[in-house]
Amino acid sequence: MADALALTGPSSFLREKVLLGMGWGEYLRSLLTPANAVAAVILVVGLPLLAYRFAAGLGATTALSQAYPWGLWIGFDMMTGIVLAAGGFTIGASVQLLGLRDYHAIERSAILTAFLGYLMAVIGLLADLGRPWNIVQAVFNYGSASPLFEVAWCVMCYTTVLLLEFTVPFFEWMGWRKLHAVLKKTLIALTVLSVVFSTMHQSALGSLFLLAPTKLHPLWYSPFIFIFFFISAILAGISMAVIESSISHKVFARQLVGKHVDVDALVCGLGKAGAVVAFAYFFIKLQGVIDGHAWGHLATGWGALFLVETVGLVLVPSLLFAWGARNREPAAVKVAAVLAVGGIILNRLNVSVIAFNWTNPIRYVPSWMEVWVSLTLVTLGVVAFRWIVNRMPIVREDPAFPQGHGEETP
Amino acid sequence: MRLTRRGFLKVAGVTAGTGLVTAATARAAASAPVDPGQPGVLVDTTRCAGCRACEGACAEANMNPAPDAAADLSVQRDTSQHVFTVINQAEGPSGEPRFAKKQCMHCLAPACASACPVRAMDKLPSGPVVYDASRCMGCRYCMVACAFDIPKYEYERAAPRVRKCGFCAERQAAGLEPACTSVCPTGALTFGRRTALLEEAKRRIYAEGSTYLRRVYGEHEAGGTSWLYISDVPFEKLALATGMPERPYSELVAGALGAPPFIMTLWPPLLMGLYAFSKRRDQIEEQEDHHG
Repeated sequence: MADALALTGPSSFLREKVLLGMGWGEYLRSLLTPANAVAAVILVVGLPLLAYRFAAGLGATTALSQAYPWGLWIGFDMMTGIVLAAGGFTIGASVQLLGLRDYHAIERSAILTAFLGYLMAVIGLLADLGRPWNIVQAVFNYGSASPLFEVAWCVMCYTTVLLLEFTVPFFEWMGWRKLHAVLKKTLIALTVLSVVFSTMHQSALGSLFLLAPTKLHPLWYSPFIFIFFFISAILAGISMAVIESSISHKVFARQLVGKHVDVDALVCGLGKAGAVVAFAYFFIKLQGVIDGHAWGHLATGWGALFLVETVGLVLVPSLLFAWGARNREPAAVKVAAVLAVGGIILNRLNVSVIAFNWTNPIRYVPSWMEVWVSLTLVTLGVVAFRWIVNRMPIVREDPAFPQGHGEETP
Repeated sequence: MRLTRRGFLKVAGVTAGTGLVTAATARAAASAPVDPGQPGVLVDTTRCAGCRACEGACAEANMNPAPDAAADLSVQRDTSQHVFTVINQAEGPSGEPRFAKKQCMHCLAPACASACPVRAMDKLPSGPVVYDASRCMGCRYCMVACAFDIPKYEYERAAPRVRKCGFCAERQAAGLEPACTSVCPTGALTFGRRTALLEEAKRRIYAEGSTYLRRVYGEHEAGGTSWLYISDVPFEKLALATGMPERPYSELVAGALGAPPFIMTLWPPLLMGLYAFSKRRDQIEEQEDHHG
């Protein structure tokens, strides 16, 4: 997109905006890093694999079966991808609506992560759908009794909202002042929409499993599963913001020269919120066990898996968040965030793949091609994130737009 | 807290605007009511001889490959993307063989239709639960939702379809019986109105009390099904799925699906209120800085 524009624009645009002020030779040499080499290997195999899936069909590429219609591409790419992108609405709402201005420093990276996360989830979904060309049918046929109808509409609308939110730094990069001013004014409304759509589809992803009472293990099946999914989405948003902001401000440190963002203070503040939300999540998961009379299952192997998820990766991070925030130990908060994210990934995989069809002696194990395609999508997201952050005012501030990264003028 | 008129209008405008956009995603009305005289089939497993004529007629009517004549019925079989009905065998009370036919149950409130986001899987007002490949996006949520594990997928094809028994809806529309019931030589399959068949099933159970289990399989399963079974051996032994809720599956998601209207109408004003509050707080702080 940017390259195409550069061809028609002045030659200095390509050099300054896309090649980071370098000539072609110098720029290409700068790409020869070990991280890029790993990414290249993954993509060189993964992108042809995606093409192969469309040419050869699901049967040739996946381990899906009549008993396991949903595998890794739904369980990881879709379920996990969407929940880990919840930082976009969580941090967006904190800054724009609750007025927690300090978190402005991480708002744009949270929104960019969310936007790329949703794009990758949608690509994963298109790979998983048997008849992806029929996805437009969701616009014309109202399967309104289906939670998936709600998910489809909200993901469609929210990805558009994220795209619009992302255009603010994009227009700053392009230097399009008029459009930038228009979009900047809509940010409040876009943030409200992002919360509305996220509340609906993050919870509806859980509602999907309400229709599988005989297939999902009783420790995970609950009439309240949509509330579990929503609360854990907020926890994922907070935890991902901790992880992202610590990584971005380390990896992109040179962009922050002369600008003092106290990342440790932000991380500890997020830790406080994480402690409360993680404990609330643990508590309602406990209510789910009580309500489902599922105590007896705790003594089984499934119970062990459930305890690893809810005690090891929800309760423990909750306490660690609280301890780290109270004693101003950002390292502890970061460890807690990694654990909590692990717990949420495990939860989504448990619900959609591992504890699904739990009475069936035949288990689903993803094919190597499924794993590789998922890995490819994650890599694509990371590469796109780096490419954009190195060019657009995401972590740093654009000098031409002094208000661009600060609070809006009253 | 003082709010200027301009500020109020801004808040109100954004609230109304977001409300409208979100309302655009609101759901349409529920499906058309189903004919109370909808068709059903009564399967009397004590009368089935296991001749598998129904399997052959089904394959022919649906243009599927002819059934494997050498299949061992005592090893549990399942329907597939090429086979819409199978006969399974179990041992009766005194050692004699018992048979049960497996196919789509044509639920009164089908979970697959509740699951389908594009109504490719739908219950016709006349009763049968049918599939329209031209609408289907291939999400396979119907397979996740069906407690009887009936919808099967053509993973091997480039344009895969969901495949299952359609209750010979076209034959029924032309005034004919489904292919399977029309060829049953022993009276194990009776086609008729579901309400009448349910009465007949209960009449047989009470008239020959020592023969049958006192339960009609399909009367309440998943909210009730068009296919009804009576038997003298437990239904799970005949490879029929059990243990599902007795409520219609649509009720399982009704609560969660009732939330969006509230989210769409309550979130925007609440969030805009929080915004107005935090903005006012900033302004006061700013004024105090100026004066102080």
